[in-house]
Amino acid sequence: MSAVVKPCLDIRSLSAVLPNGQRVLRSVSLSVQPGEVRALVGESGAGKTMIGKAVLGVLPTSVRIVEGDMLLEGEDLGRLQPKARRTLIGARTALIPQDPLTALNPSRRIGPQMTDRLVRILGWSGQRAETRIRQLLDEVQIRDPDRVTKSYPHELSGGMRQRVLIAAAFAAEPRLIVADEPTTALDVTVQKQILRLIAQLQREHGTAILFVTHDLGVVAKISQKVSVLYAGKVVEEAETADLFAAPQHPYTRALMAATPRYTDPFASLKPVDEAVLAGLAAEIAAADQAWRRPHG
Amino acid sequence: MDEARISRHGSGARLWLAGGWLLLALLAAIFAPLVAPQDPLAQDLMFERLPPFWMSGSEPGFWLGTDSLGRDLLSRLVFGARIAFIVAFAAALAACLVGSTLGLIAGYFGGWADRIISRIVDVWMAFPPVLFAILLVAVLGTGLSSVIIAIAVIDWTRFCRVIRAETMGQARMDYVENARIAGYGRIGIMLREVLPNVVPSIVALLSLEMGIAVIVEAILSFVNLSISTDDPTWGGIIAEGRLSIHQAWWVLVFPLVTLILTVLSFSQFGEALKARFDPVLR
Amino acid sequence: MAEPLFSVRGLKVALPDMTRKPLIGRAPMADILKGLDFDLPRGSVTGIVGESGSGKSTLGRALVRLLEPSAGSIVFDGRDITHLPEAKLRPLRRNLQMIFQDPMSSLNPRRTIFSIIAAPLRQNGLGDNLKARVAEALQRVGLPQSFASRYRHELSGGQRQRVGIARALALAPKFVLADEIVSGLDVSTQAQILTLLERLAAEMGLTIAFISHDLSVIRRLCRQVIVMREGAIVEASATDALFDNPQQAYTRDLLAAIPLPEIDADWLLPAAKAPT
Repeated sequence: MSAVVKPCLDIRSLSAVLPNGQRVLRSVSLSVQPGEVRALVGESGAGKTMIGKAVLGVLPTSVRIVEGDMLLEGEDLGRLQPKARRTLIGARTALIPQDPLTALNPSRRIGPQMTDRLVRILGWSGQRAETRIRQLLDEVQIRDPDRVTKSYPHELSGGMRQRVLIAAAFAAEPRLIVADEPTTALDVTVQKQILRLIAQLQREHGTAILFVTHDLGVVAKISQKVSVLYAGKVVEEAETADLFAAPQHPYTRALMAATPRYTDPFASLKPVDEAVLAGLAAEIAAADQAWRRPHG
Repeated sequence: MDEARISRHGSGARLWLAGGWLLLALLAAIFAPLVAPQDPLAQDLMFERLPPFWMSGSEPGFWLGTDSLGRDLLSRLVFGARIAFIVAFAAALAACLVGSTLGLIAGYFGGWADRIISRIVDVWMAFPPVLFAILLVAVLGTGLSSVIIAIAVIDWTRFCRVIRAETMGQARMDYVENARIAGYGRIGIMLREVLPNVVPSIVALLSLEMGIAVIVEAILSFVNLSISTDDPTWGGIIAEGRLSIHQAWWVLVFPLVTLILTVLSFSQFGEALKARFDPVLR
Repeated sequence: MAEPLFSVRGLKVALPDMTRKPLIGRAPMADILKGLDFDLPRGSVTGIVGESGSGKSTLGRALVRLLEPSAGSIVFDGRDITHLPEAKLRPLRRNLQMIFQDPMSSLNPRRTIFSIIAAPLRQNGLGDNLKARVAEALQRVGLPQSFASRYRHELSGGQRQRVGIARALALAPKFVLADEIVSGLDVSTQAQILTLLERLAAEMGLTIAFISHDLSVIRRLCRQVIVMREGAIVEASATDALFDNPQQAYTRDLLAAIPLPEIDADWLLPAAKAPT
């Protein structure tokens, strides 16, 4: 790691538990450098969405962080007062959510929903927010911003809504964006447009992105670094190119072999070997035991 | 998942508290002649307006005091519970049977059946319920069965509306189509697939309705339109207590507290049962 | 070549268009399927692929006659079932089975797995020897016998979908509709379910219409593919021909949009024409 460049996000040995004591995040460490896309990939229950929520400070109340630090541009979130923490997170991060329909209030027009955040959290003037939103809608290639800002969410297509949310996320010039499965609800052709858009805006604005996804295909296309998660544990971390060239962990290899590829139908879609799952279970159990010892 | 677990956890205390009170009241009602310390109808002007046991001037054996005719309040409450529970069970069951059946039909079949049933419900609900009840009893004549019929006739709409909405939600689930694929007819699907899934709502509503029936019976007794005999009813006791509130507050307060506890318990018991036995939430 | 199991001609399905429903009165009908012609050959898996709004699920529901077509004809196994009323369909249901997308919604939460798998057997005159038949169905999909007494919510997503398959195949039907049956599952579970279905299709000689939005999955499982868009067939051909040499621009776009799990720096570069 370079000593000069401070990571945009630095998570160190983060553990979180449920009320029954079960660990849902297992000493997760990862960092996102400025202007870099880090993918978090895993299956359901891997804790990838939970990490995104922890960063944004919106974990469900039942999940308690018991260990570890999160540094946002060098500022330790754990040491800040709740109000200062919220302000910092609000000013420097943004979210692109999975479901563009439920993320928007159905009974309000798009325009005010987009400017609200800029005015309320960042204290911009209405005029400035409006101009900024126009600019961003143009960047996400929405041709008729007047119609879109006056529309209600249900009047737009899924792809259009996701464009709106991407524009809203980039509008405040956040340093870090958490993208939580932003294309999972979309058709493939729309997904490609949206991924292209995210990549383009990310490059132009130099924004770091923590990109949560279950799809190794999306990981390959969008990210420079990747962390593979299983049961709340980072089982492998690598440069994306290296991961696809030579996956190290048996689970990563199994996941790749299970992912469908129409170019090679019979080498893909391989069920995960029981031995791999047993190995993972043992690895998790050993990690938990080692962790419990000093933590009583 | 987590929220469901928490709500189920919280339902434990509700279930036992509400269920405990109802069981107590029910046992008292069933074994009223054994439980009641005095004859609820025995008047004794020597003992009129005795205060409850902790106040000076109370007499042993008259735990909650006596009314202006010297009748034992506790015994009257215990015998009043008989009427309350009979009305609660009979009226709520009747309303439930009619309302749930029509609600299930309207919600599952939709179309004309739904339109006709929903219109009837709308018209029905336009009547103010208490006035409707008084009118009905006035026509049917006073008496236990009239009260039961009046409550059922008024309140079936509550079941119909809720069960209709619930059924419509269930009818959209894929398992209904899956049953068609399996070769079931529409009535078979309604009874076999949809009904079991609305039963928890029916049970919760039934319990709530029992509480409402207790209140309506008390209101009718209060305006002297319930059963015409001298049998004590909670509403009747409250009506009498109101007259002597300045001399004997207990004659008003104890039946009111009993009534409120019972009604509250019925509604809480139903909700807690639903939360507890709903496998979908588990 | 043998007569196809399904022969579909000029198939149209119209449904009420809720977006154009007036404040008072009925919604106008809109054609979801705009006249489809195709055959489904016996004993093979046919993929039906398309994006949302393509009408692929509507087509599936018309094939198993959960919907009644507004025009055209569906001939199943030599018999015209286009407008058969529900009562006359019931004897045919045994051979027109379906596996649903979401087993959470398609399995009744208040019935045991035994009861769920036994239902079609009971209803189609195979009620004798139920225990043995259900046991066989469970074993066929690789579920332990102890699952018979469990409920839906006690199973994982993959196990639930196995139950869905067990129920549909319990009757050894001539036709099975599989509607997006792996789209809600994790990749590792998806691979298990698909290899299971692949094996059972071959063993039992099933005719399957496999609806999916995922061309990669289709390629593995299907012998021929129908590509749909906006209620019409864009392209229909043998699987290898379609993937190796797609004839229509739309098919090529669909293939190009799939993010393959391999590094490709050019994939996200802006296309020549801007997206609309």
